[in-house]
Amino acid sequence: MRRLLLGAIIPASFLIIWEASSRTGLLTLESLSRPSDFVVAGYGALRDGSLLLATLQTCETALLGLAIAAVIGITAGTILGLLPTAERVAGPTVEALRPIPAIAFMPLALMMFGFGVGLEASIVAYACVWPILIVTIAAVRAVETRLFEVAAMLELPLWKRMTKILLPAAFARINVGLRIAAAISLVVAVTVEIVLNPRGLGYHLILAEQSLQIGLMWAQIVWLCLLGYVLNLVLSHLGRGPAAVWKPV
Amino acid sequence: MQALRKDVVAARPVGAEVPALSISNLMVRFGARTILDAINLDVREEEFLCIVGSSGSGKTTLLRVLAGLADPAAGKVLFSGAEISGPSRDRAFIFQDYSKALLPWRTVRGNVALSLEARNVPASEQDAIIDELLGRMGLSRAKEQFPGQLSGGMQQRVQIARCLAQDPKLLLMDEPFGALDAMTRQTLQNEILQLVADKHVATVFITHDLEEAIYLGDRVVVLGGSPAGVIESLEIDLPRPRNQLTTREDGRFLAYRRRLFEMLAHERPPQAPQRKGQG
Repeated sequence: MRRLLLGAIIPASFLIIWEASSRTGLLTLESLSRPSDFVVAGYGALRDGSLLLATLQTCETALLGLAIAAVIGITAGTILGLLPTAERVAGPTVEALRPIPAIAFMPLALMMFGFGVGLEASIVAYACVWPILIVTIAAVRAVETRLFEVAAMLELPLWKRMTKILLPAAFARINVGLRIAAAISLVVAVTVEIVLNPRGLGYHLILAEQSLQIGLMWAQIVWLCLLGYVLNLVLSHLGRGPAAVWKPV
Repeated sequence: MQALRKDVVAARPVGAEVPALSISNLMVRFGARTILDAINLDVREEEFLCIVGSSGSGKTTLLRVLAGLADPAAGKVLFSGAEISGPSRDRAFIFQDYSKALLPWRTVRGNVALSLEARNVPASEQDAIIDELLGRMGLSRAKEQFPGQLSGGMQQRVQIARCLAQDPKLLLMDEPFGALDAMTRQTLQNEILQLVADKHVATVFITHDLEEAIYLGDRVVVLGGSPAGVIESLEIDLPRPRNQLTTREDGRFLAYRRRLFEMLAHERPPQAPQRKGQG
């Protein structure tokens, strides 16, 4: 609680100074609006449900994209991590595809999926798959070889070796990749909505700007800040999974 | 008890007994370098065989071949009459570095359960087996703890319990007590003797501690030379059950110790840079 209060000092004083300077006439730029205006606009948007609906749309798409990226990234990462030859074959392709901004695939995704969830989720998945893939490769390689020997002595079949040894051993590290990807997923989802996709928080943000509802626009930016903060909080708690006692070294 | 059992073994007609493990003309290489050559060695049923040798003499390598974790370049190893082609649940391997061999995300109970899961023991029967094993190993109170919360001696006990849970016929132990303090080591030595006597398994035990080898073993084999071979096989004629004080004060114990000590002292360290052993 004390930590929360300390963390609130900077944003709170920033808003207070902003409001004060706007009211005293120090700040006259209309585009900057003032905090009290966007509190009012934000409250309105919350009450009529439009803000929550947009949030839901953005979050579900980001989550869907993240889930697709996790399945592909962890599966492919495990294979590439276990088989050095596969990594040598696929490595250059990965390195060539990875630097391409996910947004560059928007025209392609639009032709394939049309407007909607598919367009957005596929681009989110593209952006998220790389950190997960690369972290998973490293995580699988870092698993103690002794554990594979233990599995061999017990004659564990391949499937059990994966589920009982490899994945739990690599979980803590893979989780780091998932957290990075989760943060990316929200950013990419909102970006796709701002640029192209007529749904979600990004779309409402650009709509407010274009209809000169400056207060509402600011309200949504602040809302995004809060959303990002909560997301990070959730993710760092997920990091303390079932193996809380065990910290990989 | 132990002495009685050995009498029974000795009473069998010579040649009728199939050795638990039979190594013939074994050669092992790493790349171009020959580590072990012309190894011929039998391990009798229920025998406790200790292997000693200077560090880098290939003890661990030999044990890994017996486990099926490494392949020989020539020769063969028969286990219960069949050639070894890979790892098997019938042979348990107890690693020296227990902290790396345990699953840190599983509790003590979960680590032992791994062996039962590998054997497809129904979940309803697992608890009874685990409780019995943990009781034997003095781990009952640590059941729900994680390996990282336990001392080294306790962790090694967990690994031994897990290996027993796989119901092996042969125990392969690679300097299992090498990283433990002297008191813990002596306690575990007695526990392991009790265990192998109860379970009627054969044991191949690697150590660089000559006294440990004599104290535990029915026989001590010395590896030496480059490439290494068996340069001595010493039957240990000491009464069982053994006792940390009286056995170690026995005149024969001291004579064995002198014999092995002199043998290894004459053994020159190998000239070529040696690959460091697994432990």
